[in-house]
Parts: sequence; structure tokens; C-alpha cells
Amino acid sequence: MSETLDDLGVLERPEASTPLGWLFWVCVGWLGLNVLAAIFANVLPLVDPLYQNYNVVNAGPSLHHLLGTDDLGRDIFSRIVFGSRVSIAVGVGAMAIGFGIGAPLGMMAAYRRGRFDTIVTTVMYVFLAFPAIVAVIAVLSFWTPRSLLKIILVIGLASVPLVYRVIRTATMAIATKDYVIAAKVQGATDRRILIKELLPNIAPIGVSFLLIGIATVVTLEGALAFLGLSVNPPTPSWGNMINESRTVMSQNPWLVLFPSLALCLFLLCLNFIGDRLRSHFDVTEVKL
Amino acid sequence: MLRYVVRRLVMLLGIVVVISIGSFYLIHLLPGDPAAVILGTGDTPANRAILYKQLGLDRPMVVQYFIWLRNILHGNFGISFISQTSVASTIRAALPIDLELILLSQILAFAAAIPLAMRSARKPDGFVDRILGAGSFTLLSIPPFIIIVLLVLVISIKLGIPNTGPSSYVSLGTDWIVNLESLTLPAITLAIGSFVLYYRVLRSDLIATLQEEFITVARSKGISRRRIMWRHAFRPSSVALLGSAGVNIGGLLASGFVVEYLLAIPGLGYTLIAAINASDYLLVQGIVLVVSVGVVVINFFFDFVINIVDPRISRE
Repeated sequence: MSETLDDLGVLERPEASTPLGWLFWVCVGWLGLNVLAAIFANVLPLVDPLYQNYNVVNAGPSLHHLLGTDDLGRDIFSRIVFGSRVSIAVGVGAMAIGFGIGAPLGMMAAYRRGRFDTIVTTVMYVFLAFPAIVAVIAVLSFWTPRSLLKIILVIGLASVPLVYRVIRTATMAIATKDYVIAAKVQGATDRRILIKELLPNIAPIGVSFLLIGIATVVTLEGALAFLGLSVNPPTPSWGNMINESRTVMSQNPWLVLFPSLALCLFLLCLNFIGDRLRSHFDVTEVKL
Repeated sequence: MLRYVVRRLVMLLGIVVVISIGSFYLIHLLPGDPAAVILGTGDTPANRAILYKQLGLDRPMVVQYFIWLRNILHGNFGISFISQTSVASTIRAALPIDLELILLSQILAFAAAIPLAMRSARKPDGFVDRILGAGSFTLLSIPPFIIIVLLVLVISIKLGIPNTGPSSYVSLGTDWIVNLESLTLPAITLAIGSFVLYYRVLRSDLIATLQEEFITVARSKGISRRRIMWRHAFRPSSVALLGSAGVNIGGLLASGFVVEYLLAIPGLGYTLIAAINASDYLLVQGIVLVVSVGVVVINFFFDFVINIVDPRISRE
């Protein structure tokens, strides 16, 4: 059916979108490398990130220690690789919770409308007005002892209203399109419409927001680590590496620069990919 | 307009109630006996009696909430058993520092964002616009806690400029020049995040506005480009800018916490982290409550200002 209409040129053809560009793929490659390194950090030929070698303290980059050592003689490169585990785990884990709860709710609310939509949206908007960052800091400071799982859970739950709003707006823009109405007229079940018609069409917006969301969460985890509210030292994380290096900043600036660089490149790539995907799929009507 | 304001006020009240319940409940997230944790080393029978009277910990939860709420409404946030001072007075001393810091950062951010956005919007995709676009995008990916560390490393340590490093804060009343010097790096740090946001929002709105017919009319009347920008295009383009400024306040506070913590500026953020580390839970609770309510009220205020700028919104 749709093929014949398509041949007749009745169906709208999507406009040519902006190309992704080579920088996009560089960023994808860099992120992939980061994720692989984080997953296989145990198997890689790395020095133990907690091993303190007092013979080389505050050393600059060399062959033995690619990015030098910190004030306790620990290998910075190894610590950055192991530290990325915390950031990536929190970023991915929290967004999995946020999307796992927020996305289905948002789709349902936008598709069903009615009382369900009114109630859920009102509740979500109340929570949205809440300064989420303050709430995260507050809960983490009281809910001791802190662990990676608690951090993921708290940030994940705090992100639900935001995910809900984005997905709901995106779904609303699509739920009134002709092909959705056509499917409804043909007698497709709600479940089928949600999964087969709506989901593939909001996926690009979802993925783009997901990446920017991960970047935001990774930044937040960094700030929490900086404030001493994330995983406890000596477990390395990018945030607490930067925090610990402050005291010896004047003698050993490498110690600040390398984890900062690792974090910034990671965030830059996430933001860039998210931004490119958004303009590639031309989803300007949905404000992220 | 009045109906809109009333509806928003009801919503505001609802949110504040939710915040108060959330802040109240924090105490019960503490592991074990909350009284023992709150009192810490000051766990004497006398202190315990004071705390029970203050929080009603021996009563049912709902009663506890109302006891706590009544105390809060009377300005009584309790006494910190760690520092033996009233929580309310500690907050009152710290709050003005944050307000000054935020005010300074916002002045810097707007002062940079408005002219640069206008410059970009004049020729979208031109050379200047591309440079500013790439620059602002890069700045977006640098977290404030890295910006402040790098600024301190370069400005205070390498260049050795006095009164900019950690622990150089003095109050406005003592010496206002040193005060401003010590707040320069934090204000710049906070301003950068806000600048990126304001620049991007205002730029895209200005570009949209400049394509409207009334701008073409103004141009055909021979009005100068500068005058069109400021008098004709700026106001209709500033709605989203104000909206983002309101939403930005929450993030600004969090960044503020980080810079205060690093530079030992005794604002709410520094006090909060110090209180968390000292297990001074009543102080943490008080700060959380004040900051949350403050953010919500500021958001409400910005909503109101947006209405004055663009009255169409309240008629929706």
C-alpha cells in the first residue's frame, strides 16, 4: 500500500539532511575507544591504579608512565582509564533508569492523552521545578554510606521528569501524523502503534537526547566527586582525580591537566555527536 | 493576567509543599537512629531532650512533619549540635555571598552574550558566527570545576596575581576591592556556563526575529542597523533568553557550590559541603530547604517577568 503511494510521489519525501561529517566519526571512534578501555581495563597491560611507587613521585610523562605519576607515585594513565569506569557507569546507568521510566511514561501520556496525561504531567512538572542538582546532593549526603549503585539510582530518578518531558513532546509531534492515524484506522492495536509507528520515529530524538543526557550526568558525577560526594578515594574517578590534584597543583600541573582533558574530550564528543544527530534528523521542533 | 498569576501561585505553593516534605524526610534517610547521628558527639540526655522537642522524633511521622514545619515557619531551623550555633543565623550569614557571586556572574554573562549574539545574528554562518559557535560549543563541554581549577592554576599560581587564590575571600564590608578581586575567578567561572547558554538562545531567536516582516519594514524606512537590533529585534527575541536565565539558576547554584568549595568562600555551597563532612545534618537540611525554595521562587519571578515582556503567553 505505502509503496504504491510512494511511487506516485504522494508521500512526503524527507528533505536532504545535513551530512554527519568526518568529525562525527572521529568522535564516535574516540568514545568507542573510551568505552572499550573502560570495559577491558582489567585485561589491558596497565599498572595497578592503586599501586604507589614512591621512587617516581610527581613524574612527568615518560615511557614507563605515559602520562606521568601523581603525588603518591600512582600511574596517571592507568588511573584515568580506571577512572573512566565510574563516569561511564554512572552516565549510562543513570540514563538507563531515566529512560527506562521516563520514556514509556512520556510515550503513553502523549499517545493516550486524557486524565492519565494530565495527572502524570502535573506530577512531573512539580518535580521538574525542583532543583534536581540540589536534591541529588541532599539525598546523597544523607543516604550514607555512599556507593556507586546509590549514586546511579539517585541521579537516574532525578532525570526521569526531564526525560519524560522530552519524550512526551516528541511523541505528541508525531502522534498526530497521518501515518499514525492511518494505522489507527486500519485497526492496529495501541501496542502495535506505540512500538511500530511511534518508537522508530522518536528514536532519533531519544538517542540525541540520551547522549547529551549522559554528558550532563558525567559532568554531575564529576562535580559530586569533586565535592567528595561520589565514590570514595582511593577508587579513581575523573572528578576525584582532579580534586585530589588541587593540593599539588603548583608542583605537578600534569596531574590536573590529564584527567581534565580526558573528561572534556569525552564530554565534547558526546555533545558533538548528540548535536549532529539532532540536526541530521532535523528535529528542531523539539527543544531538548 | 490575574488568573494566570493566581494559577501560577497555586502551583508554586504546591511545589513548595513538596519541597518541604522532601527536605523534612531527608532526616529519615539517615542510617540507624537519626537522633544519634544528628547529635554526633553531642549525644547527651540534655541535648537529646532539646532535639526531641525540636523535631518530635518520638511522635508519628505526620505529627513530626507539622512540628518541624511550624518551627521552620517561625524561622527556627534548629540548633546545630556540632557547632552550637543556630542554623538560621549560619544561613543568613552565608546567603548574601552567593547572591553577590551570582549577580556578578550574570552581569558578566549578559554583558558578553547580548552583543556577541547580535553580532552573530547579523550574518548567520558568517566567519564570526562560526568562530563563536565552535567556541561556545567547546566551552559547553568544560565543566565549571575544571574551569575554576585551571583559572586558579594559571592566574593565581603561575601568574601570581594576589587575592585571587583559595582562602583570599574577605567580606564586602571589610574591603570591597579585595572582596571583588577574590570573587573575580568564581564569577568568571559561573559566567562562562551562563554565557554559552544565553548566547546560543539569543542568537537563534534573533535570527528568527530578523526574518519577520516588521524588521523588513523598519529597514525600508531607513532605520539604522544598530537601532533595529536594539529597539525592534531585541525585545521579541528575549523571551526564551529570560526563560533560560530562570532555569539556569539551579545549575548556577550547583556550580557556585563547587567554586566556593575550591576557593574556601564561605557562601552556602562551602557551608553545605563543610556541614556534610562534619555530619551536621540539621544545617544541611536547612540549606537544602532554603536553596530549593529560593530556586523555585526565582523561577516563578522570571515567569512573571517573561509575561510582562511578552503578554501573549498568559493568554494561552
